Amino acid sequence: MEYFLELLFGGLTRGSIYALIALGYTMVYGIIELINFAHGEIYMIGAFTGLIVAGVLGALGFPGSAILVFAIVAAVIYSAAYGYTIEKIAYKPLRGAARLSPLISAIGMSIFLQNYVMLAQTSDFLPFPSLLPELGFVKHFNGIVGSSDFIIIVTTALVCIGLTLFIKYTKMGKAMRATAQNRKMALLVGINVDTVISATFVIGSSLAAVGGVLIASHIGQINYYIGFIAGLKAFTAAVLGGIGSIPGAMLGGLVLGLTEAYATGYVSSDYEDVFAFALLVLILIFRPSGIMGKEKIQKV
Amino acid sequence: MRGKLSFALVAFALMGLLLAGCGGEEKKEAEAPAKKLILGVAGAHSGDLASYGLPSVNAAKLVAADINAKGGVLGMQVEVVSQDDQCKPEMATNAATKLLSDDVKIVLGHICSGATKAALEIYRDGKVVCMSPSATNPPLTQSGDYPNFFRTIASDDAQAMLEVEFAKKMGLKKLAVIHDKGDYGKGFATFCKQFLEEDSGMEVVLFEGVTPGAVDYSAVVQKIKNSGAEGVIYGGYHPEASKIITTMRKKGIDIPFLSDDGVKDDTFIKVAGEYAEGVYATGPRDISANPLYSVAEEAHKKEFGSDPGAFFFQAYAAAQALLNAVEKAGGTDYDKIVEALRTQYVETPLGKIKFDERGDAEGVGFSVYQVKNGQYVELK
Repeated sequence: MEYFLELLFGGLTRGSIYALIALGYTMVYGIIELINFAHGEIYMIGAFTGLIVAGVLGALGFPGSAILVFAIVAAVIYSAAYGYTIEKIAYKPLRGAARLSPLISAIGMSIFLQNYVMLAQTSDFLPFPSLLPELGFVKHFNGIVGSSDFIIIVTTALVCIGLTLFIKYTKMGKAMRATAQNRKMALLVGINVDTVISATFVIGSSLAAVGGVLIASHIGQINYYIGFIAGLKAFTAAVLGGIGSIPGAMLGGLVLGLTEAYATGYVSSDYEDVFAFALLVLILIFRPSGIMGKEKIQKV
Repeated sequence: MRGKLSFALVAFALMGLLLAGCGGEEKKEAEAPAKKLILGVAGAHSGDLASYGLPSVNAAKLVAADINAKGGVLGMQVEVVSQDDQCKPEMATNAATKLLSDDVKIVLGHICSGATKAALEIYRDGKVVCMSPSATNPPLTQSGDYPNFFRTIASDDAQAMLEVEFAKKMGLKKLAVIHDKGDYGKGFATFCKQFLEEDSGMEVVLFEGVTPGAVDYSAVVQKIKNSGAEGVIYGGYHPEASKIITTMRKKGIDIPFLSDDGVKDDTFIKVAGEYAEGVYATGPRDISANPLYSVAEEAHKKEFGSDPGAFFFQAYAAAQALLNAVEKAGGTDYDKIVEALRTQYVETPLGKIKFDERGDAEGVGFSVYQVKNGQYVELK
């Protein structure tokens, strides 16, 4: 039982990170039907920003909790700026083009950002300071869940609740939902679609940056390549949950994380990815639009 | 046809040399135009494993400069041509083809076993001698498929044997063997498993591969804890090892962690930080008492202003052995170079070495190291 719970929390931690990144994929897809393959790199850039800020503030002698807050804030701002800029230079000019063009542009952007960070920083692995505080009461759980697991899971839950409220109750949230439903109609009723799209990229990037700093601090190391696999898994999570659906991305992330954790725990880590992708195939066979996705009715 | 032509050219060059030698200083302008001897260097020169590959480029440059200052090999100036493969097999075949088209006859590299294996067939068909400072996968020499392959490092089975013996000496009975599913890591782990199972007093309680680059390894670490292992043997490279050891220590799993020379790298200590303390890793024997060792090290410090990195001395020795073989062979004829490598001793920082029938260097070996106060210390 204890082993089962340990795997549960391990899976939830991993799933939370997938969910944070998957939200960016799903929101962008929901609005402009584009798979933003550069999104994994935004997560990586967030982690790097966190590392640089933590390094500078640590040298200046700031206390741990202040470093964590500043690192996350800086990562969010920096990644959001990147997300905004990427949309403006790589996707906006192609908005009227065939659907394949922005996709290729996204892949190009992803490779460009990877190499840019590799050249600007280093190709080596870098140690990441453990910024997440040790929580006293977590010790009572007897090692089943660690402090950093706990913080990651709770933070993700809070961020998801915040995002849901934002989409539901704010003016921008309403505009986003309208644009997702029908971009042309939204334009006709006076919604500035460009602003909505930019906001989507900014929010998605911010969430990825939070995920980047949290996981880097949990694992203790980063390099320029971490965005690739994390991005791929998060994209899988988004498809699993139903791409375009926000609760779907959260659920998809958790389901994927738990599948991987239990596959490793009860079968073998050799098959971690096999199980994850087998699950994806199964779900897509029986529910082509994903767990929470809506069937799209093609009007003729 | 082309082979004959170049042989004739070499012969002319040699005759020219002899004449010049007889004639003395004033006849120097009569020398045949200096022909270049190209030493190919292939390996990971960028990407996350560059710290293994770049030292061999430096080593080749230093040896070449040293030999050029002494008049070159058979009067030919040595030129170093490097090709990056990022330790990826598909890029390694590109690098090999490129070197072949540059008419390179001797190659120092590649760095990773997987990439080396991919490139070797191309070299074999092109009659190129290839010598790796770091590819330790046993079949590369033991299969007999690659008569053109040599290495200045002992193979993984020797290393795995040492690892298992060491674990036994420590009194560990139940071991978890983890690897990274790669040619090198899994090969090493499989040998460890095999040696552990042959020993009646020891048991493999867990044998699994992790996915390099996965977001975290907490599930597999949990599994190690659940398996009741008294120690972990890891086969693979340092990025995964540092992630596993960090997760283990954070979860309070305080059992010994033993690994291979892919982890015996300073980057591992830098990244894992305090959690690296106490980790065991096997690696090439400490050879710092050898006088040639200090010569090579000093040369590196003078030229590049830093300490040499991983496999630098193995690469240095390989460059020396290759160039020495060309000299002894009297040219770049493939069969003669191979013959010279197997019969002629050469003085290197690793000691006095030559190569056996399979291509493994005679006289090099492994030791166990442990991280103490942020440094790898050899255990005698």
